[in-house]
Amino acid sequence: MELTSIFLPATILGGIGLVLGTAIAVVNRVFWVWEDPRIGEAEEMLPGTDCGACGEPGCRAFAEALIEGDVDPADCTNMSGDEREHLAAELGLEAGEAQDRVARLLCKGGSDVAPRKVGYEGAESCAAAVAVTGGGKACPWGCVGLGDCAVACDFDAIRMNRNDLPVVDPELCTACEDCVEACPLDLFTIMPTEQKLIVECRSLLEGDSATAVCTVACDACARCARDAPDDLITMEDGLAVIDYEKNELAEPGITGSCPTGALAWVEGAQFSDGERQESERPPETRAATEATGVS
Amino acid sequence: MSLFDLDFGSGFRHGVHPPDLKDLTSGEAIRRMPFPDMIVLPLKQHAGAPARPLVKKGDRVQRGDRVGEAQGFISSPIHASAAGTVRDIRRWPHPDGSMQKAVILDVDPHDPQVPRPRIVPEWSELEAGQVAGAVRDAGVVGLGGAAFPTHVKLSPPEDAEIDTIIANGAECEPYLTGDHRTMVEHPERVHFGLRVMMHALDVERAVIGVEENKPDAIEALRRTIPDDLDISVVSLRAKYPQGAEKMMIKSILGREVPSGGLPLEVGVVVQNVGSISTIARVFESGYPLVERIVTITGPGVRRPSNLTMPVGTRIADAIEFCGGLTEDAERVVFGGPMMGNAQADLDTPILKGTTGIVVLTEATAATGPQYPCIRCGRCLQACPVFLDPADLGQLARAGQFEEMTELDLDDCMLCGSCAYVCPSNIPLTQLIAAGKNQVRRLRRLAQETEDGEATDEGESADGSPEKDAA
Repeated sequence: MELTSIFLPATILGGIGLVLGTAIAVVNRVFWVWEDPRIGEAEEMLPGTDCGACGEPGCRAFAEALIEGDVDPADCTNMSGDEREHLAAELGLEAGEAQDRVARLLCKGGSDVAPRKVGYEGAESCAAAVAVTGGGKACPWGCVGLGDCAVACDFDAIRMNRNDLPVVDPELCTACEDCVEACPLDLFTIMPTEQKLIVECRSLLEGDSATAVCTVACDACARCARDAPDDLITMEDGLAVIDYEKNELAEPGITGSCPTGALAWVEGAQFSDGERQESERPPETRAATEATGVS
Repeated sequence: MSLFDLDFGSGFRHGVHPPDLKDLTSGEAIRRMPFPDMIVLPLKQHAGAPARPLVKKGDRVQRGDRVGEAQGFISSPIHASAAGTVRDIRRWPHPDGSMQKAVILDVDPHDPQVPRPRIVPEWSELEAGQVAGAVRDAGVVGLGGAAFPTHVKLSPPEDAEIDTIIANGAECEPYLTGDHRTMVEHPERVHFGLRVMMHALDVERAVIGVEENKPDAIEALRRTIPDDLDISVVSLRAKYPQGAEKMMIKSILGREVPSGGLPLEVGVVVQNVGSISTIARVFESGYPLVERIVTITGPGVRRPSNLTMPVGTRIADAIEFCGGLTEDAERVVFGGPMMGNAQADLDTPILKGTTGIVVLTEATAATGPQYPCIRCGRCLQACPVFLDPADLGQLARAGQFEEMTELDLDDCMLCGSCAYVCPSNIPLTQLIAAGKNQVRRLRRLAQETEDGEATDEGESADGSPEKDAA
């Protein structure tokens, strides 16, 4: 084997490489597409989390929509006000009206007020617990407390508190709906932060059977519906329902008509991290119940 | 017509061999339980839409009166299982863990509990649709556990070509013996029910499949086959889940129901022997489904029994009649131990589809500590529908439910074989059940969003959503 026998294959391969390389260069030039350079710039300034809260499939798609003028910078819920202003200024756009939205839990029945009926052994997941007889909590609508939402949250905005309720940090929450999808009991909902009056209960039980399984349940007494102005609150299927079209009528005083505390006025985070404040609950329900039966 | 085209040697592939533990009650004759003081009749006792209540608080009802009306085709009416007064209609603990609307009856202790006289339909003069109608009006659903409305199976589409009815007497779940005792004590009732079904579906051949561990049932059925009917009794290997519809068809006829398909597609209708004998009773006495045979068993019950009891009897009443719980009773399971659900409330009522109550003790309920998956593959060898339970379980843990559907999640019938063989005690079946629930839920959410957007767009376009439709 001569050393020179390398030359022929090297020439052939080199030739092929040269031809294909030229072809790539030509094709690249001929089929070149102009792309607005601002799309790339905008994408750089976006959070890059691809959370989907804006409704677009990701940050790149949002950047394209921005340049097209289909969305405002304010539609991205994952930026601070400064970042938003910066993005708008750089692109020469209006920042737009930002509506602050946040995930709210429609249950306040932590382990201190909503007892379990039976123990639960099994996979540490709310979805799995709900798949077997509801996981053993006396209120079958109530938060299971195993934290599927906290696992699903990409922004570490959800922590489980001492009473096994998820606490959403409104500063970190981008309203991306991951927790809404994760909760097997449909307890999370995305709400504008200006909706401060919330019925923190989904139990369809009425009267004593509701409070027997959770002392802070809505027992459908309808006092709030009676006291609230202009049909702001109505009763539907064992629950008080707030008509948020009339949100401007809501004021903190209405919660005083609720004997159990299910109707709450929420500013900031929903639940405190540690012990529940006694002042949140009216005195007659303060005594912890041993109640477990429902009949 | 002969047995030669039956293919009962091969059986189905995979599956597991749990100890059958049926000795506790397999020799116990079926007894009738006295009426309890109260009856709870949930309006959702069957697959499909819940029934709509027909009575109100304070109403007096006779045994067999209709208290709930079927809503739609895949639904079933509910009948009062005892004479008494409607105490209330309200939410009550349901075996699925939720609280469902139920009709609560205070049973009248002085009533003889004799049903109103009824016109017994003469089955041989009825057309196919009328048989299905009579079965629907009697509230008959599958008694094997899934509670699928029976009239739906008796109303096949016009183009369906059914050549065989299979009576499912496998009863492959450990502990349960209700179907076994039905076959031993009332074999002629099974044959009569089959006769009516064969008439309604215009089918010439019926096969009763029974697991080999019930030789007395096989013997009783074979001895009583009517001369004019082509009914054969097949002894099947005792292997779990032999009683699953699709496994049964594979074992008896060698036909495989396609993924996502129905037995109809391979020309078969499968019905549990308990349901068949209930059909027989409908045409014997005109009496609706108001009672069923329930096996109360397990090491946690003092006197394990096979009992005929009114639908809607609370667990607590049934267990009390069986001598109560033992000291070390720990877990009360509805259905068998493989597929059954542990119950959280002894006020929960027996439903039409409740095959048994199994009470496990600390020793028998213990699952032991969980370990990580060691990729041993035993669950793959156990799965009767050839899924990969290990991967499905991991995806469920990670919350990746959509990906689970790519691994044919919909084919899983939650038989429990994978969790049974798992050496690491991973609750695979539970995780897969969670995945199935979440997938169903996410599809519903997506549908709601889609519907919501459709109306939003329709209205915002020019304020008249009807325009598009016009």
